[in-house]
Order: sequence, then C-alpha cells, then structure tokens
Amino acid sequence: MDFVCNFPFFSILLSLFSGTICSILPGRAAKVVNRIVIAAVGVMSGILLVYLLGTGESFVYWMGHFPAPWGNEIRAGVLEAGMALFFCIIMYLSMAGGAHKLFDEVEESKHNLYYILINLLLSSLLALVYTNDMFTAYVFVEINTISACGLIMIRQVGRTIEAAVRYMIMSLLGSGLLLFGLCIMYDLTGHLLMSNIKESVSVLIQTGEYQIPLIVSVALMCVGLCIKSALFPFHAWLPDAYGYSTVSSAAILSSLVSKGYIFLLIKIIYRVIGFDIFNNTRIIDVLFVFGLMGMIFGSLSAIKENDIRRMIAFSSVAQIGYIYMGFGMGTQAGMVASIFHILSHAATKSLLFIAAIGLTEVSGGSRKFIDLTGAGYRNKWAGVAFTAGSLSMVGVPLFSGFISKLLFAQAAVQVEGKMLAALIVLGISTVLNAIYFMKTVIRIYAVTGDTSYPCITFKDMKVHAVVLVLFVIVNILLGVSSQPVVNMIEQGLAMFA
Amino acid sequence: MGPNLLVNYGEAVAAILFCIGFTNLLLQTNLIKKIIGLNIMDSAIYLFLAEKGYIAGRAAPIVTNGVTSVEAYINPIPSGLVLTGIVVSVSVSALMLSLTIRLYLRYHTLNLDEIAAQLKKEGR
Repeated sequence: MDFVCNFPFFSILLSLFSGTICSILPGRAAKVVNRIVIAAVGVMSGILLVYLLGTGESFVYWMGHFPAPWGNEIRAGVLEAGMALFFCIIMYLSMAGGAHKLFDEVEESKHNLYYILINLLLSSLLALVYTNDMFTAYVFVEINTISACGLIMIRQVGRTIEAAVRYMIMSLLGSGLLLFGLCIMYDLTGHLLMSNIKESVSVLIQTGEYQIPLIVSVALMCVGLCIKSALFPFHAWLPDAYGYSTVSSAAILSSLVSKGYIFLLIKIIYRVIGFDIFNNTRIIDVLFVFGLMGMIFGSLSAIKENDIRRMIAFSSVAQIGYIYMGFGMGTQAGMVASIFHILSHAATKSLLFIAAIGLTEVSGGSRKFIDLTGAGYRNKWAGVAFTAGSLSMVGVPLFSGFISKLLFAQAAVQVEGKMLAALIVLGISTVLNAIYFMKTVIRIYAVTGDTSYPCITFKDMKVHAVVLVLFVIVNILLGVSSQPVVNMIEQGLAMFA
Repeated sequence: MGPNLLVNYGEAVAAILFCIGFTNLLLQTNLIKKIIGLNIMDSAIYLFLAEKGYIAGRAAPIVTNGVTSVEAYINPIPSGLVLTGIVVSVSVSALMLSLTIRLYLRYHTLNLDEIAAQLKKEGR
C-alpha cells in the first residue's frame, strides 16, 4: 500500500488533535494553527485525489489490525477525496473572509475556542466523508452537530442562543431517527461496515425476508438526515442560525455542515442500501415532492424577508430542495446533478454570506434593505462579488449555478412521470430566485442621496477583497470547466459500487 | 404479526418509548421537558439494542471462570454500541442543559415560545 493511502487517516487525526492543542494556545496562535491545518488537509486531499485519478480505483484502509467484518475501516475514492479538497478550500476561504469581523463578534478571550470548534467540525466532516462504518458515521454526525451548535452560539446574543437551542432540538430529533434506523439495520444484517451491510441487504431483497423492517430502517435514516440537512418542512431553525451567528460560521454552516449530512446520505444510498434497491422504494418519491416544495417555499420566504442575511439563509432552503429533487429522480444523471449542485451551492452561498458582511459594514452594521441602498457603491468589491453570487444563484451562464440547473433539467427530461413537475418547478424557482436576488442587487446599486455612511476602498479590506475574488474565481471555474468536474463525479460514483 | 409481537415485546416497548421521547422533544415547550424527552428517546434506542443483543440463558460478555466458549456469552457488540451511545447522549444532554441555563438567566423563563416572543419584542 502506498504512503498516500494514509492521508485520509492523517487528515482526520490532524484536525482532531489540532483542536485539542488550540485549547491551550492564545487566540492568535490558535488562528495560525487552524489555518495551517486546513491548508495541510487541503493539500493532502489534493495529492490523494491526483493519486486516485491515476490508479482509477478506490482503496480501503484498516483502522487497527482487524480485517473486514470486525475492524473499523476508512474508504477513499475519487468522490471522497474531491469532496474533502473542496470542503477545505471553502472552509479556508470562509475563515479568511470572516476573520476581520471576528473581533466585533466574539470576545477576544474566546477566540481559541472558536478555532477548536472549527477544527472539530473539519475533522467530523472528513470522517463523515471517508468512513466506511455506520456507527462511526453516527458518532461523527453527533460531533458535527455539537461543534456546529458551538459555532452558532459563540456570538453571545439572545437570538443566537435561541437559534442554537432550536438547532440542537431539530438535530437531535434527526440523529435519534438516524440511530434507530441504523440499529434496525444492524439487527437485520448483523454488520456495521457499509460493504458488508450491502451484501446482506441484497440477499434479503432476493429472499424477500424482512421487507418491512428494511424499508422502515431506510426511511428512518433518510428522514433523520433530511431533518439534519434542513429539507423543507424541517427548516424552521435555519434562518436564525445562519442569520445571527458570526459570518464565518454562517458561511461554513450553510455551505459545509448540511452538505456533510447530504454526502453521508449519498453514501448510504450507494454503499449501504444499493442504488437500485433504493430507487425501487417509494422513498425517492417522497424526497422528490419535498424537494420541489422546498424549492418554492424557500424562495417565497426569501422574497418576504427584509434582512439580507436571513434572505440568503432562506435561499439555502430552496437550494437544499434542488439537491433532494435530484435524489428523487432516481437516476444516475439526477444524482450527478445533485452532487454538482452541492459543490456549486457551497461555493456560491459562502461567497454571498462573505460579500453580504462587506455590504452591511458600510451601512452602519444594519442588515435591513432600506439601509443597504447604494451599498454597492460604498464597498465596490463586496458589491461586485454579491452580484456575481446572485447571478450564479439565479443561473446565468458562465457561473456554476447555470451548470447545475442545466444538469437538473437534462436529468429531468430522462425521467418519465417526473419530468413535467421537475421542469415546471425548476422554472418557477428560477424566476423566484431572480426576483429576490435581483431585487437586492438593484437595491445595492440604487443611487441614494444619503452620504452619512463611510466608503471602503481596497486598502481597508485587502484580505476580504482577495477572498471575494477567489470565491468568484472558484465559482467561474466550476461554471466554465464543468465537464472535468462532472466526469470526476461520475467516476467517483462508479467507484462507490 | 400477533405472535411475533408477543415474543418481541421488549422491542415493541422500545419503539413505543422512542415515540414518546420523540414527541416530547418535538412538541413540549418547556426546555427541561424537552431534554427529558431526549433522554427517553435515546434510552429507548439503547433498550432496543440491548434487547436485540441478548440471547436467553447466556451470560454477560465478560470472561468468568476461564470459560472462553462463544456459546457461553451474549453478543458483545450491541453492548459496545450502547456504551458509545451513552457517552454521546450524555454530552449532548450536558450541552442542552447549559444552553437552557443561558436562556433562563437571560429571559427568566424555560418556555421556548415565551422566549421567542420576548426576542420579537426586543426587535433585532
């Protein structure tokens, strides 16, 4: 086994232990450690991705010296390595983009705690991406929840604590369901490793035994992960949690945390249940319907919103709906579109949050639209970046959002029976997206006579501006060179089988 | 279905308890009652696991009197899972309780709806 195969294990342990080390470091040193760790994990995932693209097959890594049915395992393929690399890029940029704001938002004595939480979050995300063991996945889901809750409440105002409580309650309901589903699955199959469960499940399907418990178990796991990733009817906690936490937290929560759970669901669909068996259940129809509802109701709530951060948060609900709609189509093309949308949404939503903070800064800290009038002139970099993000969300060509909408439409055309619904809702949702994002863009570029707010130039926001430019570049790269990414996703999904 | 239900009454009880805990966590407005619901829900899952791992007539999976035969002991994996699960649910409960204390000190009530109402009054 090549040395590179150790990298998934190294990256999980590195981020986990650096979290512990941060607890005794002063804030500034913790920040340096945090950045180095994210960068190191990103580099390792990049090397691993290149290696896996070269060998063309996934590998299994034993944790400890016990072979398959007994030991714990890590498994890495193209999709896992690519996701880890992408998560690291987005996390690094989000942290860098929100760093200057952190001093206003969090007491200085608590800065090292903030970096502990970020490191823990990174390690749990990596573990969710790489693990091949269901119970390990559950444990890291809980670690992910706890660190995400910490990220919400580290800014100590009433709203964030209430949002953290609501987030915890919904998350715990979700993880309770996930755990129960997982236990039923363990009882049916006698295994905890994904590959072993899959073998037993296909035997169960062939013999026709225990069909109802099997479906119940799959449904419980699906609903649990849907609740945790804020699919439409379970999104009540989301606007407050994203709207009032620190800006880096909001960017990371919206673009990475929910995506970690969705990625776990994809792994469960492919590696635990089996894609075909999952598609023969009625569960995908339910996911499809709730995905469509989310796309419309999320956008409607966003239109009614009068607060820019909350508006972006509600837009997340709609985008999560897109992803589940792709699952609901039940085809390979739908799944590829969903995974591409995970990437595209993560790149765009974090860009929007980071740009929005630049706009609110030049509006006296107010997030109300009335105060944001003309903010695009006062902070030109943030204004342009926000416009680019909005265009991507609406689905204008050149940006990543266009490609994901195109992939969804192409996937929908291939599915009989769901085509019309998917295309109509896709159209309506695009129009709704355009309404609220273009409304905001017009608002920030409206001419105002009010000159009481300060203007910010490049000199005052060097790091912030560079981060915004990098975000826009990531977005355009995803939009312009989408074919290699799509090929990579298809290769990764083929490795899942 | 009837006879199976009688044999597996432990699992049935666990499922009912899970539902009770779940509804409490979801619908109670009092934060402490919510946390109690959470603990009922988690314990129900552990009961389910323990019930599934138990084999009638066998001992706990700790080697006693030098007997190492597999036939003498119950399946140890569910017990291991329960232990891990307990650790997780203890830490989650602690986090929820600390959040509850924060909210109580700020708003002098444990009712989540009242807290939301006060937040609305505060504006922002």
